[in-house]
Amino acid sequence: MSALTRASPFGMNREMMKRNYYLCAGLALTGVLAAVTLVGFFWTPYDSAAMSADKFLPPCAAHIFGTDNFGRDIFSRVMEGAGTSFMIALSTIVIGASGGIVLGAVTGYFGGLADEILIRVGDALTAFPSILLALVVISLLGPGKPVNLVISLGLVFIPGFARVTRAAYAEAREINYVKSVRLMGASHARIMLVHILPNTAPVLLSALTIGFNNAVLAEASMSYLGIGVTPPDASLGYMLSEAQSVFGRAPWYALSTGGVMILFLFGVGLIGEGLRVREGEIL
Amino acid sequence: MKRTLLALFLGAALFCGLLTGCGSGGNPSAPNEQEAASPALADELYVGIAQDLDSLDPHKMVAAGTKEIMFNVFEGLVKPAPSGDLLPALAENWTISEDRLAYTFHLRPGVKFHNGAIVTAPDVVYSLERVSGASGAADIVAVDALSNIAAMETPDEMTVILRLAEPSNEFLSYLTAAVIPADYDEQDIAPVGTGPFRFVSRTAQESVVLERFDDYWGGAAALKTVTCRVIENADSIMMSLQSGAVDLFAHLTITQAQQLTGDFAIEQGAMNLVQALYLNNAVEPFNDVRVRQALCYAVDKESIIDLAFDGFGFPIGSSMYPAFTKYFDNELTDYYPHDTSKAKELLAAAGYPDGFSMTITVPSNYQPHLDTAQVLVEQLKEIGVRAEILPVEWETWLNETYIGRNFESTVIGVDASTMTARALLERFTSTAGNNFINYNNEAYDNLFKQAQSCTNDDEQTEVYRAMERNLTENAANVYIQDMADLLAVRHGLTGVRFYPIYVLDLYGIHWES
Repeated sequence: MSALTRASPFGMNREMMKRNYYLCAGLALTGVLAAVTLVGFFWTPYDSAAMSADKFLPPCAAHIFGTDNFGRDIFSRVMEGAGTSFMIALSTIVIGASGGIVLGAVTGYFGGLADEILIRVGDALTAFPSILLALVVISLLGPGKPVNLVISLGLVFIPGFARVTRAAYAEAREINYVKSVRLMGASHARIMLVHILPNTAPVLLSALTIGFNNAVLAEASMSYLGIGVTPPDASLGYMLSEAQSVFGRAPWYALSTGGVMILFLFGVGLIGEGLRVREGEIL
Repeated sequence: MKRTLLALFLGAALFCGLLTGCGSGGNPSAPNEQEAASPALADELYVGIAQDLDSLDPHKMVAAGTKEIMFNVFEGLVKPAPSGDLLPALAENWTISEDRLAYTFHLRPGVKFHNGAIVTAPDVVYSLERVSGASGAADIVAVDALSNIAAMETPDEMTVILRLAEPSNEFLSYLTAAVIPADYDEQDIAPVGTGPFRFVSRTAQESVVLERFDDYWGGAAALKTVTCRVIENADSIMMSLQSGAVDLFAHLTITQAQQLTGDFAIEQGAMNLVQALYLNNAVEPFNDVRVRQALCYAVDKESIIDLAFDGFGFPIGSSMYPAFTKYFDNELTDYYPHDTSKAKELLAAAGYPDGFSMTITVPSNYQPHLDTAQVLVEQLKEIGVRAEILPVEWETWLNETYIGRNFESTVIGVDASTMTARALLERFTSTAGNNFINYNNEAYDNLFKQAQSCTNDDEQTEVYRAMERNLTENAANVYIQDMADLLAVRHGLTGVRFYPIYVLDLYGIHWES
């Protein structure tokens, strides 16, 4: 358990990095995709909503991913769609992680009745399939607005993070370094924030990367079901649902959209794996 | 109101066939009988249907898909023709009294039911009583308009006199209701009618078999047996057609139709719906006729049909679709040619030089409407109107948009519940309960009253046409199209006729020798 006493879990030297191929590959892949996506916020080769008579063009020099059933440039839409999916997933994780970490930290650190109640409520919530839960929330908030989608998905992600954080805090609470700082008179808030939180980082970072991937998929599922992004806005999930109906005529639509999503998830997955491996080395 | 809702729902149900992946489970592995398609059996036909029948009793069936097939088994005193007219069926002819309160029908002599009995006046009385709900039989889907019948008389075996409580111009069109043998109570399991095909058997979730009725009064049909196979799964539809298990399938999507190569001809019929961007005439800015006209000029129907429907569809310009040949006025179709500068002028005159923001409510389960809305958003952008699509569920659409009238604009298809112009036009009178766009035009209301008091059919047609023109001139809605209904027909099969209502007429279909 010596690792838990490290002051800065984020520190990583060049040597470690070099040996961690997972992390390198993950960062490179995600970096490239993120860069293209970022460009998509400001510039796309074509107006992603502009329709034209050139429908169902296969990939060619002018349209590297081809065009869709409305003659829109798929590459431009993928750039925009990846951005939308990315932003929604990120916001979801921010809500889910911050809510989950606060709840998990407080309940795990203090324990007691509040802990019991909250964790049972969490259990009850996780008993529902997460998509179903998100559907219920979104039907209460009203569909068709990205904000509502983010809120509903964020709420769904809270119990997962709360569980992970709670376990880490409940464990740390009994460890000597925490007892020491408490004897030194540190406040509960300080102990939770400054002393325990950094030590839960390895667990939380893994949870974040996995959670991020799940959020991308959740957004895709919701949009695929038609309750996420509103057309004509693009998101990877919505584009996949559109692509499915024209798969026979334009397989490149589903393949390029799905391919980008897979690469995205793969990249983030590699980063997560890299972080885990690094942890393994130290331990 | 209730019936209109039902009509809307059924109209909507049509689209279900269009939506891929809306069928679930229950797919009997159909495509294994290769001999089905063999032209050697020149009098057999295998038809694919997207859903099982809900009831075999003609007065109890609700689903459009059931009536579509059972149209071949049952007939009324009159029957619809492809042109939209009513043809004499069981009634050979009829006379209407001066005051339009008494209809005297002379039955066609010697018409037989499928069980061999002759059709007589008591059968007609029994049937009309039953279908109007007056006989109190359970589960009857009552035709309210028939409650207008105050009394029925049968002076002799072959004559029926119907006395109405109030004069009505459209009364005749309700007499397409099926005539069945009096006091025969097994319609649920062994239906008996007078149509060109008689019912043989039904296997739930699998098939319905019909056979030619050789004693049909109009002459026997060409096909001997017709087997309707229930194929709910969209992917299986394609497989069944390509493997030869099915020769004919209606209501295909454009994408499906284009995947069928070689063995099939694609016949294009019409959905018989008025698809439009319906505008709530009571809310700003759509309460200004100039704004509505501007939208009409901004929208390019042809381009919508090209982009979202691959060129399949019939542009329209008013609340009337082309299948109603008598009432349809093609001049109105191009009343507002695509002209963005004129649209901008009108917007500026109305006080919106920079356009405005609006929402388009769309039932999210209907992809064709969503696709249309997407193209509309792009087209409206050109005149500075920022439209946002608001997808809602069908129930929400019905309650909030249609009944609650709580919307700015919506893309939907409206159908006619009966073969009358009234079914499409009455809803825009200011007091109509189903006037969901809140159209309020005094001239229109007066025209409608005038149409109801017409005694002469030609005169009434003219008035209905004037009503259509009124809707177009005042840009009540942004009319788009009557959507195409695609039918895959195996090569060698001919005689498919399209109707202004939702039926598949098997009578004229035959294999070419």
